[in-house]
Amino acid sequence: MDWSPLTLSLRAAGIATVITFFIGIFAAWKVAWMRHGAGIWDAVFTLPLVLPPTVVGFFLLVFFGKASGIGKWLAQFGIQIVFTWVGVVIASTVVAFPLMYRTARGAFEQMDTDLIDAGRTLGLSETAIFWRVVFPNCLPGIISGTVLTFARALGEFGATIMLAGNIPGKTQTLAIAVYSAVQLGHYEAAYRWVAVIVTISLLSILGMNAVNARQKQKGRG
Amino acid sequence: MSKKWIAVIVALALVAGGVLAGCTQKDNTSGEITVMAAASLTDAFNEIGTKFNEQYPNIKVNFSYDSSGTLQKQIEQGATADVFVSAAMKQMNALNDKGLMDSDTIVKLLENKVVLIKTKGSSLDVKSFQDVGTDKVKMVALGNSDVPVGQYAQTIFTNLGIWDTVQAKANLGTNVRQVLDWVATGNAECGVVYATDAAIEDKVEVICEAPDGSCDPVIYPMGIVKASTQKDAAKKFTAFLQTKDAQDILTKYGFTIYTSK
Repeated sequence: MDWSPLTLSLRAAGIATVITFFIGIFAAWKVAWMRHGAGIWDAVFTLPLVLPPTVVGFFLLVFFGKASGIGKWLAQFGIQIVFTWVGVVIASTVVAFPLMYRTARGAFEQMDTDLIDAGRTLGLSETAIFWRVVFPNCLPGIISGTVLTFARALGEFGATIMLAGNIPGKTQTLAIAVYSAVQLGHYEAAYRWVAVIVTISLLSILGMNAVNARQKQKGRG
Repeated sequence: MSKKWIAVIVALALVAGGVLAGCTQKDNTSGEITVMAAASLTDAFNEIGTKFNEQYPNIKVNFSYDSSGTLQKQIEQGATADVFVSAAMKQMNALNDKGLMDSDTIVKLLENKVVLIKTKGSSLDVKSFQDVGTDKVKMVALGNSDVPVGQYAQTIFTNLGIWDTVQAKANLGTNVRQVLDWVATGNAECGVVYATDAAIEDKVEVICEAPDGSCDPVIYPMGIVKASTQKDAAKKFTAFLQTKDAQDILTKYGFTIYTSK
């Protein structure tokens, strides 16, 4: 059996998670401290979560497609986003971003700000405060966000199929493989892929719960 | 004697009136039918639907266009459909073998041609189906193996001996119009569609037709679904498809009316 949908999905979801981790936390931190305009930014950042994935896919297709300015500009350097593996990563990142952003922001807002002030009185730089005070304290929330991001990126279908098409071996992810298999009446293959996806998803959630439980124990100690 | 003449004139008038009423061509049959048709028929059938309603104003026609393979599966799973028009005999035969069609209503309606297209104005140096197997083409848009145009493409490339190479770089669309759109927007450099689709999309240009003999004749059959509850209305529609009005519209879009040779 051709395992490319699995390896493709894992790789793309992995890279998307790493990217989303950094930009999601960055956006959440900025918005958590914003005094004016937080509402608008929050709405924009949450939008991909609320919109149907096909709508997100449509926007991405128009944005990166060869008919648009960006697409044409990139094509000059031989870079094509649409119907390539890069498109899969971008689609997954965009749809998973709101999950990371919201969980991280929730964690930041619940944090005891006295700790941050204490750090400042001790003379730590803002960057040091973030990575050595805020981040460890918000770890459970950030870990949940990361796991949700990975799960969402792995399961992404609508935006991916619009932006990256269906090229077996190159852009046919697990979710698209299931869709294709059902369309072609290959129900055995469909069941196999479904079993793989369900197993990975269950393991991710169990893993997340285990990590959270350990974090809670550490907190009490 | 004048009374007799009056009677004759009145009788003639009634007969003439009756004949004229028949000649106004409006039929009052009513009903609502669902016509499932191959995606390549979208524009032609929409126009035919309007024309059909001029003659049958009380029959509401709902069109459902998609890949014939998808429509076949929908009918197999019990979707409401009265008329099925497929882009290949394969899907119609599959349904007929399962006893889902009224066999005696299956008629070969149209013929079409398979063509290789590229984005209009593209500098892609491809002159034939054979060239698709070379490195000049990095990605080709094809219908997937459930879609008739994808099946025809596979036959052509297999006969040319390059199917394995082509398959490895194929972006698989769910129906012929998706393939057409991908090439029209330039996101796919080239693709395989029907001549009729290429004709209505001005952002693509035809490179060439399928080489003679490389592919089975592209035949569009139509038939009435056995489970249909609107057979009268459905029969009116299928009969209409074979009238000159409908055929004029179909040939305008580039289809060939099937004639058994």
